Amino acid sequence: MTDVRSISFPYRRSADYGRRQPQTHPIVIVGAGPVGLVLALDLAAKGHRSIVIDKKSNLAAGSRAICWAKRTLEIMDRLGLGEVLASKGVTWQTGKVFFATRRLFEFDLLPESAHRRPAFVNLQQYYFEHFCIEAATGTGLIDLRWQEEVVGLEPTSDGTLIQIRTPDGDYRLVANWVIAADGARSSIRRRLGLRFEGRVFDDQFLICDIKMRMERPAERWFWFDPPFNRGRSALLHKQADDVWRLDFQLGAAADRDEEIKPDNVARRVRAMLGADTAFGFEWISMYRFQSRRLARFRHGRVLFAGDAAHQMSPFGARGGNSGVQDADNLAWKLDLVLRRRAPESLLDSYDCERIAAADENLLNTTRSTDFIAPKGAISRAFRDGVLALAATEPLARRLVNSGRLSVATSYDESPLNGPDDFAAGECPSSRPGAAALDAPVAAGWLLDALGQGFVGVCFARQHATADDLARAKRRLAEGAIPVKILVVSDEIACRRYGAERAPAYYLFRPDQHVAARWRRLDAAALERAAERASGCALGDRHEREGSRGCLSSASQT
Amino acid sequence: MPLKREPNLKDPDGLYAAILDAHADLSERESMALNARLVLLLANHIGEEAIVREALALARQSIDEPANN
Repeated sequence: MTDVRSISFPYRRSADYGRRQPQTHPIVIVGAGPVGLVLALDLAAKGHRSIVIDKKSNLAAGSRAICWAKRTLEIMDRLGLGEVLASKGVTWQTGKVFFATRRLFEFDLLPESAHRRPAFVNLQQYYFEHFCIEAATGTGLIDLRWQEEVVGLEPTSDGTLIQIRTPDGDYRLVANWVIAADGARSSIRRRLGLRFEGRVFDDQFLICDIKMRMERPAERWFWFDPPFNRGRSALLHKQADDVWRLDFQLGAAADRDEEIKPDNVARRVRAMLGADTAFGFEWISMYRFQSRRLARFRHGRVLFAGDAAHQMSPFGARGGNSGVQDADNLAWKLDLVLRRRAPESLLDSYDCERIAAADENLLNTTRSTDFIAPKGAISRAFRDGVLALAATEPLARRLVNSGRLSVATSYDESPLNGPDDFAAGECPSSRPGAAALDAPVAAGWLLDALGQGFVGVCFARQHATADDLARAKRRLAEGAIPVKILVVSDEIACRRYGAERAPAYYLFRPDQHVAARWRRLDAAALERAAERASGCALGDRHEREGSRGCLSSASQT
Repeated sequence: MPLKREPNLKDPDGLYAAILDAHADLSERESMALNARLVLLLANHIGEEAIVREALALARQSIDEPANN
């Protein structure tokens, strides 16, 4: 494969250029990074055209996001790209933690078998983007506009009038919906005058990618206080093409210009990996990080996703993964709204569900940061105490926090969730709001069988209700929100969904999160739950429940 | 079960002395390290997080609002 980073994206004058009267388009996505591209692909899979605008002309030189979590891979499977990402990337699920010169312990992120995707695949962001761009071109529905930049936004009666700067000059168009996926330094955010809320950390980190051939397992190695970076931390990760990610904590006072000189970085690399290590640099960068987010992700018909909406420390691989999950959450809701199957207020649930996810991710990454870079003497005393005890005491290992790695957020407080008539505490991993757990089924994998729309699944080892099911099937196929019905009797799948002994009935949303579950088959209840999950019952609930629920907590700020 | 606030030790003076003995010859920094590790070990042993949180609040309150006498 040619080096994808050498591919350049030409500017092409679009049909909108030079129009006297700006034309209206349903969806404009600003930013052709992983989040914008995944959203465009998901919308295309549902039949929608979109315009994606990006000012760049090449993929990023550096690897940037590298750890793609199981949930992200499952979303990419839904979009047909899971396999290409997983096979190009490096699969890993073991992490090792070191303290000074001693190996403290190792962990296995996916101890359970019978999952299609591993806990993580490491792959440079430029590959992720490259595969998405190739796929986007193949859809015929995604209009990628490179070397164009949004320079003005003005609300109109049905969306936003956008002014776009190109190498040829400016043009304008109207977008019914604008999705700002334009990254940490989002120009859309700035143009709307929106501020981030949260913490900024002083510590600086040096990040570099090196290319080397080394017989070393594909594992995440994390050092606290190693001899080669005394008093600080370091991280080593393998990526595709024999590229390795190295990350060194440098402290607040580090001199950026000095530290990023290749000779100085090379000294650090050799101290970490051995004096005779043969390697070449692919990328060197320094970063500080923030833990903060927008107060709201939806601003009328402008929606924020990914780093444009929230920024967090990289420990836990939650930046890129949560951005892809933003897109996963948004695409089906936009689809229903654009097809007038759901009210616009369904998009408020994007705001509240993904704000809850951002807060979970911010909480986890902030806690990791406080452990990795303790502030003050007492924080350090506890941190060093945990590490010292962890050498011999299992109890302390659970407290060692080198990053709590990204898992899918459960939308526990979502107003879209329907009933759960399981006994309290029964099978919590598949409760309403949770992302569907994959499992092998006769035809392959459960998540593939779920597909793209609303799906009702009867999990049953033996089912004797074929007539009821057939009736439910007919009824639900014709409802306002069509629901496909599946029967799954495979053992592992039934176990994962709490149906080893008694049948269980689930409604899954198009993003493959559980909307509701029952012990009895009730087509009318399924239908109501599908309406609720598509936002058709939102208004009622607000009036009924007043200040409760996550919509109201999201709107407090 | 709430945090026990009535005496619960058979040999309170002996245990108090043992706590001080554990800190013998330690610098303030080392004593802080010892206390931190002790908290972690005992918190795990207690296991019930509500009790540990209650103890934390009580300890903190005794610093923020010392009893007047």
